[in-house]
Amino acid sequence: MCKAKCFILAFVVLMTGKLWSQTTFPVYGIADERSRHYAFTNATIVKDAQTVLKNATLVIRDGKVVAAGNNIALPSGAVVIDCKGKYIYPSFIDIYSDYGMPAPQQRQGGFDFFARAQLTTNTKGAYGWNQAVKSEVDAYRVFAADEAKAKAIRDLGFGTVLTHLKDGVARGTGTVVTLANDKENFTMLRDRASAHYSFSKGSSTQSYPNSMMGYIALLRQTFLDAQWYKNKPATEGINLSLQAWLDNQSLPQIFEAGDKWNNLRADRVGDEFGVQYIIKGGGNEYQRIKETKATNATFILTLNFPQAMDVEDPNDARFVALNDMKHWELAPTNLAAMEKAGVPFCLTLSDLRDPKQFWSNLRMAMQHGLSETAAMNALTRIPATAIGVYDKVGSLDAGKMANFIITSGPVFDEKTIIYQNWVQGYKYSVKDDLFNEMKGNYNLVLNLPSGPVNYVLDFKSSTAANLIGKDTVASKFYFDGRQVRINVAPERRPENNYRLSGLVSGNSWSGYGEDSAGTRFTWTANYGSEAPVRSDSARRRPMGSLGKITYPFLPFGYDETAMPKQEAILIRNATVWTNETDGILQNTDVLIRNGKIAGVGKNLNASGARVIDGTGKHVTPGIIDEHSHIAAASINEGGQSVTAEVRIADNLNPDDINIYRQLSGGVTTSHILHGSANTIGGQTQLIKLRWGANDEELKFRGWPGQIKFALGENVKRSPSAIGNSSNNNRYPDTRMGVEQVLVDAFTRAKAYQKAWKDYEGNKNKKGSVPPRRDLELDALVEILNGERHITCHSYVQSEITSAIRVADMMGYKINTLTHILEGYKVADKMKDHGANASTFSDWWAYKMEVQDAIPYNAAIMHRMGLNVALNSDDAEMARRLNQEAAKVVKYGGLSEEEAFKMVTLNAAKMLRVDDKVGSLKAGKDGDVVVWSEHPLSIYAKALYTIVDGIVYFDRQKDEQLQLLVDSERNRLVKKMVGEKRSGAPTQAAIPSYQVMHSCFDHQHSHGLLTIDLED
Amino acid sequence: MKKLILYILLFTAIAVDAQENVYPTPKQEGSIVITNATVHVGNGQVLNNASIVITNGKIAAVGTSVTIPAGASQVNAQGKHVYPGLISTVSNLGLVEIGAVRASNDVQEMGDMNPNIRAIVAYNSDSKVINTLRSNGILISNIVPQGSFVAGQSSVVQMDAWDWEDAAYKKDGGLHVYLPLLMARPRFGGAAGRPETDPVKEGLEKIDGLKSFFREAKAYHAETGGRSTNLMFESVKNLYDKKQKLYVHANTVKQMLIALDFVKEFGFDVVIVGGSDSWQIADLLKQNSVSVILSQMHSLPTLPDDDVDQPYKTAAALQKAGVVYCISDNDAQTRGRNLAFNAGTAANYGLTKEQALQAITLNAARILGIDDKAGSIEVGKDANIVISEGDILDMRTSIVTDAYIQGRKIDLDNKHKQLNERYQHKYKLKDF
Repeated sequence: MCKAKCFILAFVVLMTGKLWSQTTFPVYGIADERSRHYAFTNATIVKDAQTVLKNATLVIRDGKVVAAGNNIALPSGAVVIDCKGKYIYPSFIDIYSDYGMPAPQQRQGGFDFFARAQLTTNTKGAYGWNQAVKSEVDAYRVFAADEAKAKAIRDLGFGTVLTHLKDGVARGTGTVVTLANDKENFTMLRDRASAHYSFSKGSSTQSYPNSMMGYIALLRQTFLDAQWYKNKPATEGINLSLQAWLDNQSLPQIFEAGDKWNNLRADRVGDEFGVQYIIKGGGNEYQRIKETKATNATFILTLNFPQAMDVEDPNDARFVALNDMKHWELAPTNLAAMEKAGVPFCLTLSDLRDPKQFWSNLRMAMQHGLSETAAMNALTRIPATAIGVYDKVGSLDAGKMANFIITSGPVFDEKTIIYQNWVQGYKYSVKDDLFNEMKGNYNLVLNLPSGPVNYVLDFKSSTAANLIGKDTVASKFYFDGRQVRINVAPERRPENNYRLSGLVSGNSWSGYGEDSAGTRFTWTANYGSEAPVRSDSARRRPMGSLGKITYPFLPFGYDETAMPKQEAILIRNATVWTNETDGILQNTDVLIRNGKIAGVGKNLNASGARVIDGTGKHVTPGIIDEHSHIAAASINEGGQSVTAEVRIADNLNPDDINIYRQLSGGVTTSHILHGSANTIGGQTQLIKLRWGANDEELKFRGWPGQIKFALGENVKRSPSAIGNSSNNNRYPDTRMGVEQVLVDAFTRAKAYQKAWKDYEGNKNKKGSVPPRRDLELDALVEILNGERHITCHSYVQSEITSAIRVADMMGYKINTLTHILEGYKVADKMKDHGANASTFSDWWAYKMEVQDAIPYNAAIMHRMGLNVALNSDDAEMARRLNQEAAKVVKYGGLSEEEAFKMVTLNAAKMLRVDDKVGSLKAGKDGDVVVWSEHPLSIYAKALYTIVDGIVYFDRQKDEQLQLLVDSERNRLVKKMVGEKRSGAPTQAAIPSYQVMHSCFDHQHSHGLLTIDLED
Repeated sequence: MKKLILYILLFTAIAVDAQENVYPTPKQEGSIVITNATVHVGNGQVLNNASIVITNGKIAAVGTSVTIPAGASQVNAQGKHVYPGLISTVSNLGLVEIGAVRASNDVQEMGDMNPNIRAIVAYNSDSKVINTLRSNGILISNIVPQGSFVAGQSSVVQMDAWDWEDAAYKKDGGLHVYLPLLMARPRFGGAAGRPETDPVKEGLEKIDGLKSFFREAKAYHAETGGRSTNLMFESVKNLYDKKQKLYVHANTVKQMLIALDFVKEFGFDVVIVGGSDSWQIADLLKQNSVSVILSQMHSLPTLPDDDVDQPYKTAAALQKAGVVYCISDNDAQTRGRNLAFNAGTAANYGLTKEQALQAITLNAARILGIDDKAGSIEVGKDANIVISEGDILDMRTSIVTDAYIQGRKIDLDNKHKQLNERYQHKYKLKDF
């Protein structure tokens, strides 16, 4: 049978219009060619979301639509199917499927810092260097139809999917197939239909990349490598992965990003290389709709909404964060938000816990504002257009695939049933037995011996029908589309009832029956009239009010109407720490205007400015933290010893509560560093703590870039030592090796620099080929050129001296030595080199290399003429950096003014932004803190923390925000409890663990629910 | 040449083995008087312009009109503040030398059931960390073993000693139990497809096992003769007559309720250690006379929803409810030297300064069961006394100039000061 069908399909695809065609598949038995010529009449045909034809006819033949419309002449030779009262829609399309794909091998566990590294790929063959780049994988080569799975999707109304192997950062190509139960040769509409990418390395066991930054860097470098490979460089040999990458570029590019920020990250990578990705989102786009729209991407969105959690036990509720509860409430609004913003999107079944949730969740989205038109488009036209197959599927225009569903009513109505799903002209039954379930009033005639008796039977559903005579009585009723059984007592007298059994033939039923006395008779029932249609919408549950979206989407976030704004601020009559030659001024005013300091002086006047009474209070520049790891999606790319190509800037995360917490400690600027997993880490990013801003807006504008280096225990991976034997297999394993890694990296960087110089000089000569752009070496060349500055994690005197000597030899400078707890031992050498020092006040004895750390370190280095800062490297301590400065006074005897500069101006200097921040001087940024007390005292609290003239933290307002948080929590807990009581499915309460990144250096007091990801 | 070698040897000795020349002070005999002091008694009282008489290691008199014994040596504390020696209630001092160096750690025995483990026997009284705490006013520490469940017994040490027996101030004062978190694990990172164990159920089963252990231990001790010695049962004997405390390391309400359960069933004297969510059930803790050691004041709030300063405010919430509590400093990077500043933070967020001081002196002594001899400057107690140039709770003014343990004036030098000195030499930063 299958072979015969294949035969005909081939005919359709290759030679439409001809009567006979050949295929390689032989005929077994007798050939059974059929033209599958059908006419569906009297239907409401929804050709596409915009075109609804009442009482129309659809004609299909050989698996394609011949015509759909009104006034179509019935062709001869077509089987006519009466679809009175029924609706026909183009079947749905899911372009984010893995239907028919082999399951990718699961990697065992997550990344483990302590595990041995796998430095090279495990993929055998002439492929690229990284196991996660699998551009050479083609879904069409491995696609195998799976009828059981196809049926499950077909039953939901889908007819076509784009399927691919969901494995790797570059995943190769996807293929478009229909869900027809046929040989793959005939269901595959397009073999190479799309190219796929993600931020997940899937089954790759190779160590690199293991961070968001690393994924982005790998994509970026692969783009460049592929360009370079176009010229077939002899040194590369054959690289099938790069070739496939190039070949795949002409296809629609689909990126699984999976989260509102990742969407933007993916889009930016695309922008860099002229690619517009179709983005598979995460369902939280509504939290950043403006940024989402700005991608100009078409989105693929999930219908997977979080379930309510069981929070009846207050001890469970305690550990569920407000933002998780809010997301539960608002996730169903995501699609409506996208529609309202005009962002094109498709829907996918992927991510659903159970595909059966598709309809209920889609209807939930519609209750939350998604229109039927948008839903229809998201399931048909938009996905088809996105991957360029709208000429084949997605509407019921002539010439397209005969892929359609027949339903009992408007497809999005709750009570509507899908009877049949036709794919490539083949009928697949969904609830076919109910196809003839013509609900309405039937004229029932019982041919009793005493003569015919007439009733009206009101057929409500396959299990319910009322008999209408003198009274209206319910019957015991059974209907399955083929048989019908009725047991009814018309006068409500059980001793006088009829039991009828019959067969169904279209709209007429007939059979025989018995009365209570055992008398037999025949009966008929013929369709009379339609049952009155009840409006579906009337039963919709009222939605109730929903919480507001806040920026960021966290507790203490501001809703759109309450966002703090830049204002003119006059702080009057305070003790002002200028950090300028004026020193500390008493009874002085500070004026901030247009985001800048407008003046520092006595009796300043500013009409219209917000006045803050500074009497008895202290005003200082905002605190600057030279070493921080907050507000980033990843911190460590530890897969290799040199990862100069990765950039913190690629993965800033504005949804970090620690931004707000640190504002409460007076911090306004933070230097977000790569971790210390490797000798040459990634490029750092300076941010301002603009609470509520997006990732780009967090960045400190006009800042020259820096990069993180690290020496010592962490980079030689001492923590992976078990007993006395090291588990480390990544070079280096000693400080001797660390030094050579530096020498080697810069030796290569110089050769690379020269190669480019030579090329630039000979560009116009024949046969001149550009060198391969290497983003890792680019960053090192920037260092050599003085355009990128190093902050180097270092502790002991030997490694400090060695790092300085390597720099001297190679001709670069170390801008900052960070941590630098033995800096006091070689302060003279650091000074000669011109390095800055950023350290801790009183840390020691947590690891071997800090056994000689002393709390006098900062003071000695300062006295030796170094520019010294104090940093946090810890999200908790960062909000008490003013106290860290005080400890330098306590131990080292420095003046309070000099000590306070260590957390403000001195940090600004080493970050090379002291022209903008770090002191209170007209023209500098309006980054100011108003303290309740002397800022070096433990009794000081930041009352106002101002960034760019915007009050981002206001201690009084904080109390109000806390009340809002508490009441919103109560509301949502009640709502979730109500959800459980109403019988809706709930899941166990999941504590809102927070992943915090740290530089893999020491312990933190980040609280119970924090997972310190030392990645 | 010989001279040169000797010089190098000496120099090396000082440099590498810093603080080896800091000697424990012999027993104090006779009388010392500290005069003109602002005395912060430790119980909430402040005595201005007061004197303290120390005789044979004990506080003989304190007040504004004390009689100065003949022959007493006098210490003028004019303009200074005098405090009881600060007490660190949860410390790994002497058990952990360098956190990340396994060979230098003797803090956690293997296995879940270690009631018979005694921290005191591994206490290294020569740890380099000790003197860095003394110079910040911390004179007494409770040395606590860590563990995955029942970790062992803590002992209190005075921090000027030749060896652990010399250091012991109160031996084996309490048994430490680290309760399982009793919380669902995070979603991510789980092995796909494998059925996950339920940590809540597992934890509760573990706790049931401990209750059975306590029931059997009780029966064991009730039986007279005839049974072979069980070291584990023997080790918990003092819990039942409250000669020993049960320290339950617990942070969540669920965990703390289990701690209360130990009070109800066994009548133990229970102390909660950690207590980050204790502010949520302060009244309940008060009703059950359960005390709390806030072991990490300088911590982030548990949830983003929490008051940004919640950990700083927890002490005030307990104070208000009348719970007996104290403040400790578990910080692994500063090794507990910032105890006074943790209390200072609490004073900035709702406590009075004297209440905050009490939380690291008299309350700490009460909780450790040593308030008969330590924790306040009161007659009859050991003369454990710290003199500071200013408010000891504020790092801006907290500069310890003198300290006495049992009346012995201790040397406040430490490795850090010595290394500081050494590099003053290198850079000629001062005249030698």
